Amino acid sequence: MAKVIKLRKGLDINLKGKATKETATVKCPGEYALVPDDFTGVKSKVVVKEGDAVKAGDALFVDKLHPEVKFVSPVSGIVSLVERGDRRKLLSIRVKADEKQEARQFDAKGDVKALMLESGLFAFLRQRPYDVVANPEDKPKAIFVSAFNSMPLSQDFEYVLEGQEAEFQAGLSALAKMAKVYLGVSAKQTAKALTDAKDCEVNIFDGPAPAGNVGVQINHVSPVNKGEVVWTMGAEEVIFLGRLMKTGKVDFTRTIALAGSEVKAPKYYKVKVGQKLTTLLDGNLSPSGEKEGGLRIISGNVMTGFKTTAEGFLGAHATEVNVIPEGDHADEMLGWIMPRFNTFSTHRSYFSWLLGKKKEYVIDARIKGGERHMIMSGEYDKVFPMDIYAGYLVKAIIAGDIDRQEALGIYEVAPEDFAIAEFVDSSKLELQRIVREGLDILRKENA
Amino acid sequence: MNPIKKLFDNIHPYVEEGGKFHAFRSLVDGFETFAFVPNTTSRVGCVNIHDAIDSKRIMSFVVIALIPALLFGMYNVGYQNALATGHLADATFWGMFWYGFLAVLPKIIVSYVVGLGIEFVVAQWKNEEIQEGFLVSGILIPMIVPVTCPLWMLALAVAFSVILAKEIFGGTGMNIFNPALITRAFLFFSYPSAMTGDATVWVAQDTIFGLGYKATDAYTAATPLGEAAQAGFSGFDPSQIQDAIVGLIPGCIGETSVIAIALGGLLLLWTGVASWKTMLSVFVGGAATGYLMQALGLTQIEWYEHLVLGGFAFGAVFMATDPVTSCRTESGKYVYGLLIGFIAVLVRVLNPGYPEGMMLAILLMNLFASLIDYCFVQSNINMRAKRATIK
Repeated sequence: MAKVIKLRKGLDINLKGKATKETATVKCPGEYALVPDDFTGVKSKVVVKEGDAVKAGDALFVDKLHPEVKFVSPVSGIVSLVERGDRRKLLSIRVKADEKQEARQFDAKGDVKALMLESGLFAFLRQRPYDVVANPEDKPKAIFVSAFNSMPLSQDFEYVLEGQEAEFQAGLSALAKMAKVYLGVSAKQTAKALTDAKDCEVNIFDGPAPAGNVGVQINHVSPVNKGEVVWTMGAEEVIFLGRLMKTGKVDFTRTIALAGSEVKAPKYYKVKVGQKLTTLLDGNLSPSGEKEGGLRIISGNVMTGFKTTAEGFLGAHATEVNVIPEGDHADEMLGWIMPRFNTFSTHRSYFSWLLGKKKEYVIDARIKGGERHMIMSGEYDKVFPMDIYAGYLVKAIIAGDIDRQEALGIYEVAPEDFAIAEFVDSSKLELQRIVREGLDILRKENA
Repeated sequence: MNPIKKLFDNIHPYVEEGGKFHAFRSLVDGFETFAFVPNTTSRVGCVNIHDAIDSKRIMSFVVIALIPALLFGMYNVGYQNALATGHLADATFWGMFWYGFLAVLPKIIVSYVVGLGIEFVVAQWKNEEIQEGFLVSGILIPMIVPVTCPLWMLALAVAFSVILAKEIFGGTGMNIFNPALITRAFLFFSYPSAMTGDATVWVAQDTIFGLGYKATDAYTAATPLGEAAQAGFSGFDPSQIQDAIVGLIPGCIGETSVIAIALGGLLLLWTGVASWKTMLSVFVGGAATGYLMQALGLTQIEWYEHLVLGGFAFGAVFMATDPVTSCRTESGKYVYGLLIGFIAVLVRVLNPGYPEGMMLAILLMNLFASLIDYCFVQSNINMRAKRATIK
C-alpha cells in the first residue's frame, strides 16, 4: 500500500469556469511556436534558418552550454520566422505546419538519456535546485512526477490519462532507467494506472493546494539538500516519453483544459505544444469581457501561468489555458470598508467564509491593494506546506543574503510553490518573481 | 463614469512628475487609493489573481476594534470629571459623554495631523505609496495618555516616534518598536509629572465649552494601581474590581474598560488580525506571575486583579499583538506573550517607583522578539544542515 501523506496547510480556491470532462479536437492550424523562455535557464542557440523544412522531432534550437540538449519542433513544416527582440534575444521560432504531418523516426531501443536528449524530451525535465531545465551531466538522486495539479482551474490528469495508461507506464519505466522515480498521486485519484503504477514509488498526498506541486511532494518524500539534484517531469510529458518509447516518434499532443470564468464552454481540447491560441479561443470567449476590452488570457494556470494574447501560443509546459477578466476598469469604491460580498478572501474581514466552500468565484487580475513591506506574520506559512520558513526565506532573497537563503532551504523551492502565498499576501509582494530572481542569482553565484 | 473617479482623473496631470502640484502626489495618491481599490493588475510572471485583503482593510479593522474602548473612554472622562467635582448625581449620560468627546477629540486630531503629515512628506520624498500603518497608531496614541496631557507634548511625542521609531527604519513593517508605545515612553520619560503618579493627571478638572464641572481645588485621584503601590495598602475591595472591569476608574483614556477592550479583542481574533497565541500567552504569563508574587507574599494584589487593572488588558489586546513588532514565528509568539505578561507584573510588583509595567514590558519584548524568532528559525536551519551530506 502506498504511503499517504496528509497535508494540512494550503488553500483551495474555488473559481468559476471549471472545464467539463469532454474533449474537443481543433483543426491543425497554420503556425506553431517554440518559445525559449518557457525553458527556464537555457541560453538558446538557433540551429535552423527561416525557410528550412523540419519534421516533428527535428531540433529548432539547442542550449549553448549543453548543445546535446535539443529543443525540437512539435510539427513538420517550414520554419517561418525566427523572432528576435532587444539585443537579438531569441523570442520564438515559428514553424508553419504542412498538411501531411511527418515525424522523425528515433531508435527507441538504446540508452534512454541519449534518446531523450536527441528527441527533445530531455528539455521537459526540470531540476531542483533552481527550477531550470535539467543538466544532462548531473546524476539526480531521484526523478519526481506529480500526477495531479491542485491549483484552481487546472487540468484533471486522471481524465487526461484515460486511454493513455500504457504510454504513461512506458514513460515511467523509461525514467526509472535513469534514477529512482517517485510518483505523487492525489487521495482523490483512483485510477489503477496511477495508484498501482510500476517501476516507481507511489506516494499519496491528501490536502489542499499546493499539494499537487512537485516541490511540496519532494519536500515530504526526499528533500533536496545542498549538493543534491532531483529531476522533475510533468505527468503529461511522461506520456510524451511513453509515446516515444512505443513508436519511436515524438508526439507532443496534450489534452489541455480551457477554463475560466470568461470561457463560454470550458472543456478539454486536444492540442499540440506551441499551438496558436486563436484556434481554441475564437468564438469561445465571453462577449461581455470582450466589450470591456479586458480579458486576461493565460498560457498555463491562473496561479503560475503567463499572460498572453489570443494571438499567442500555447506554452511548452502549459497544461491549461485560463481566461479571467482583467478588471483594470473596475473602479471599485471604498474597498477598505465595504462588505464586498462577491469577493473571495481568506480573511475574515470579508464574508466568503460565510458563503461556504461550494460557491464559485470570479476573480479578476487586479492586485487589489498596494505593495507594502511584510506586515502580517504567518500568512505564508498557513499555505506553505513545507518545513521552510517562507517569510524568512523571502526576506533573505530580498536582502540578497545567499548564505542565509541556503540555510533556509532555497534549494528545495520553485517559484510555483509560492503561488498560493502570493495570492493571500496582504502586502502584495510579487513572491514568484522574487523567488525566480533569487534562484537565478544563486545559480550564477554557484556556477 | 463615476464623478469622483473623474475628479481624480482630472487632478492626475497636475500631480504627476513635472506637474504644477507634484509635491502633493502622495497626498492625492493616498486619497485615491482610499476612494477606489487600485485598478493595477498583476504583472507577467506573478500570480494572476489575488486575495481581496490588503493592508488598508486590515488596519481599518484594527481601528474599528478600537472604537468601543475609545467611546467608553470618552464617557469615562466625563464620568471621572463629574465624580471628582462631586456632581455625579446631577450629570447626565450624554453630558458626560460629550464632555469626554470634546476632551479627547483634539488629541485624536493632533495625533493624526502630526503623524499622517510626516507620513505624507516621507512618502512624497521616497516616492512611495503612503503607508496606512499610522491609521492605527494615530488612534492608539490618544487612548494611552492621560486626559490632561497637553496637546503640544502630544504633538512633539508623535513626531519623535513617527520619525525616530518608524521612518528611519523604513516605515510600517520595518520598525522594531511599536510607535504608539514609543510615543508614550517619550512622554513618560520627558514629562513624568504630566504622565503618572498620584498627581492630578488622570481626571479632567475644567469645563469645556460649558460642559463638565470645574474642580474647586486641585483634586488628586490615583489609579487603583497607583493606590496599590502606596504604603499600607491592604487589598482591593470587590466593588473596585467591578469598576475596573466596567472601566469607571481613573486611567489613560482608552485603557480602563476591560469589557470594551474585550469587544475589540474578539473582533481582532475573529478576523485573525491579532494572533490568539500572543494574546492568550500575555494573559497566562501575567496571571501566573501575579499568582506567584502573591504566593510569595510580595504583593496584596490578586492575580486576576492584575489582568483587569491599568493598561494590562489594553496592552495585551492591542499592543502586544502588533504583527510588525511581535514575534513572527508561530512558536515564538507563545514565548513572546508569556514574557510580556511576566515582565509587566514583575515591574508592577517589584518596582515601587512605578505602579504600571505594561508599556515597558512590551517595549522590552519588542527588542527581544527578533532574538526569540532567531532561536526558532535557527532550529529549522540546524535541522536542514544536519540532513545535508556536504557542507
